Amino acid sequence: MDDAANSGISEPLDLVKLSLGERVFIKLRGDRTVTGVLHAYDAHMNVVLSQVEETIHIVDVTEDGNPLPPRIEKRNLEMLFVRGDGVILISPTQQ
Amino acid sequence: MNIKIQDSTHSTRYIDIYITQRTFDASQLFIMLIFSFFKTLTDQVITVELKNDLSITGTLKSVDQFLNIRLDGISVEDPERHPHMLAVKNCFIRGSVVRYVRMAARSVDTTLLEDATRREAKEAKK
Repeated sequence: MDDAANSGISEPLDLVKLSLGERVFIKLRGDRTVTGVLHAYDAHMNVVLSQVEETIHIVDVTEDGNPLPPRIEKRNLEMLFVRGDGVILISPTQQ
Repeated sequence: MNIKIQDSTHSTRYIDIYITQRTFDASQLFIMLIFSFFKTLTDQVITVELKNDLSITGTLKSVDQFLNIRLDGISVEDPERHPHMLAVKNCFIRGSVVRYVRMAARSVDTTLLEDATRREAKEAKK
């Protein structure tokens, strides 16, 4: 835990604070993930990101109820606000 | 809670808002950051994506502390899926049903936003 002590992490949101200006990976409710450069966050985990890539994982079901192989949909957005109530996790990405 | 936005450059707008906020207590400060951010987007065209996948584009007229949003001159991204929205020209969106808000990158000063976030994080910790 030396790394954490040296970088001044004392509470969970400090990890997010250290990611300001860096690319982060965010997992959201509804089988969505986004990556983007973090510019703002608050205690609700509302975030503002730029250069965003959103990925939606879709599992279609056939008429008799059998799932088809998962399908992935991607979208790019230049600037995005994400409401905090949909956030599951925020993680720094290593470039 | 009266925040004045002076007719200054983009950079001083965040600062003006930040100074006004200092009269509130620290726990409230953090809540104010994103609210202030949306205030700076007033009169810009934004797209609000709701949790039911409805996407509404319009001019941001006002926002409040719950991030409720009022939009003018709206259009719906997929009118065939949502024909009942065609006649609606302006609307009020409850903050809690919003999933995303998309905006143009040029309408945001990212450096200033990061600085304000760092300050707010520091204040909230005290």
